[in-house]
Amino acid sequence: MNCIMCPMGCEMTVTLENGRFAGVTGNSCPRGAKYAETEVTDPRRMLTTTVRIKGGLLPLLPVVSAEVLPKGKVADCAAYLRNVTVEAPVQAGDVIVPDILGLGVDIVASRDMEKVND
Amino acid sequence: MELYDVIIIGGGPGGLSAAYSAYRNGAKKILVIERDRELGGILQQCIHNGFGLHHFKEELTGPGYAGRCIALIQDKPEIRALTDTMVLSVSKDKKVTAVNPEKGLFTVEGKTVILTMGCRERTRGAIRTAGERPAGVFTAGAAQRMVNMEGYLPGKKIVILGSGDIGLIMARRMSLEGCKVQAVCEICPYSNGLTRNMVQCLYDFDIPLYLSHTILKIKGRDRVEGVTVAKVDEKMQPVPGTEFDIECDTLLLSVGLIPENELSMAAGVEIAPFTNGPRVDQRRQTNLPGIYAAGNVVHVHDLVDFVSDEAEIAGKFAALEAQGSLTPAVNTVEVSPVNGIRTCVPQVLHLPEGGEPVRLFMRAGAPDRKVTLEVKCGGEVLVKKMLPVVKPSEMVTLDIPAAKTALMHDKITVGLQSK
Repeated sequence: MNCIMCPMGCEMTVTLENGRFAGVTGNSCPRGAKYAETEVTDPRRMLTTTVRIKGGLLPLLPVVSAEVLPKGKVADCAAYLRNVTVEAPVQAGDVIVPDILGLGVDIVASRDMEKVND
Repeated sequence: MELYDVIIIGGGPGGLSAAYSAYRNGAKKILVIERDRELGGILQQCIHNGFGLHHFKEELTGPGYAGRCIALIQDKPEIRALTDTMVLSVSKDKKVTAVNPEKGLFTVEGKTVILTMGCRERTRGAIRTAGERPAGVFTAGAAQRMVNMEGYLPGKKIVILGSGDIGLIMARRMSLEGCKVQAVCEICPYSNGLTRNMVQCLYDFDIPLYLSHTILKIKGRDRVEGVTVAKVDEKMQPVPGTEFDIECDTLLLSVGLIPENELSMAAGVEIAPFTNGPRVDQRRQTNLPGIYAAGNVVHVHDLVDFVSDEAEIAGKFAALEAQGSLTPAVNTVEVSPVNGIRTCVPQVLHLPEGGEPVRLFMRAGAPDRKVTLEVKCGGEVLVKKMLPVVKPSEMVTLDIPAAKTALMHDKITVGLQSK
């Protein structure tokens, strides 16, 4: 696998024994080893997407997961958020969906969105 | 005519960082002019995270980074920002003519002007792909704005040409919105994006990447129906017999960015080759006295953090000049990229007595490993730095202390030495 911790992008080879992490070669630093282990045992990713917003300057509000989510659940969370609508005003950091899909991670607003009167 | 200490053209991260820096360096009357409906520039549509690790020491989304920059200039009586306002011209004597729905046509004057107009995308016209003119061909950034801000999907079945970061980010974004990304094609034998984007935007979604491949033809008359792809040789020429078709209803182009310098050129600002932006000195002053430039209008950056850093330099020196407290330069030094370094900003140094700290921003011509970056003057190595890896997609920076710049004369070279 390719390490993504820095621009070096080391090509690493991970050894598994009975499906468990047993070692890594090809990394140049400890951060690479840590990434390799997490990546094969419990890969996680941030999710950024949008939800619909009513009464704001724009029809969409960008949102971000407050922490990394299990990689395998990212697409499900994105699909869930496609059907969420909120009302302006919203402040950056406001919780839009608490504990998404029971994963223990909140989805929060990435920006302020004032209410627009028209 | 209203007179400002500093007038800043463009309210993206460059313009906002320049404004805040000018304020901190004593400018009392600062004007930021932005053509969009709100401040923040292109960051407002870059909803992904990964911004700000260098500049704010924290990982932020694009709108999050923009929000930080906006907060820094808000509620400061010294800084005024006009949105929905288009600058039509900038003159040599720093008169700026603009238009907006509220004031109509108006002209303001700056003791100094900072150009922070950013860059725009290369389009289908720039790569001259054969075919009819069907609907469904977009630049990746235009599609990003539709999907992330306006609430439209450009299509359902996507092919992306170009593996720069915007192309990769859009591959993930379209996948998350339920579209099928059929392929990403890249004419170079290597990706032009950051490794983390390769992994998280392509591999995670099992999107095939065709390196050394380009699109020969866009198929379809009213709507895109597919593309014909072929392998290219070392000279980037298509190899006959390698053509194959990919079905799609949408083609996104991520084929490079062009600094947006129509205003600069009309003012008489000298444009440098390769970077296609103003030729600037270490204070980001152009060839025109009192006119500064920073950010993507000078050279296309890969990290917004470096845009902010550069804009702060321009903001500082523009503010000092407006107050009449700029240290005069006594020594002019040309900067030439050599051996494996393709571009270097600044292109010239105007150094005061005793020198001045200088940061160089460079781009390598090709990927390489374990090289030494050397700054030389008259055959003597002044500064060197070991680089474990260089890639054209990742900008290299080098800080030169004031004492070393004091030793420079006439011309310096920056280049790579292999072990």
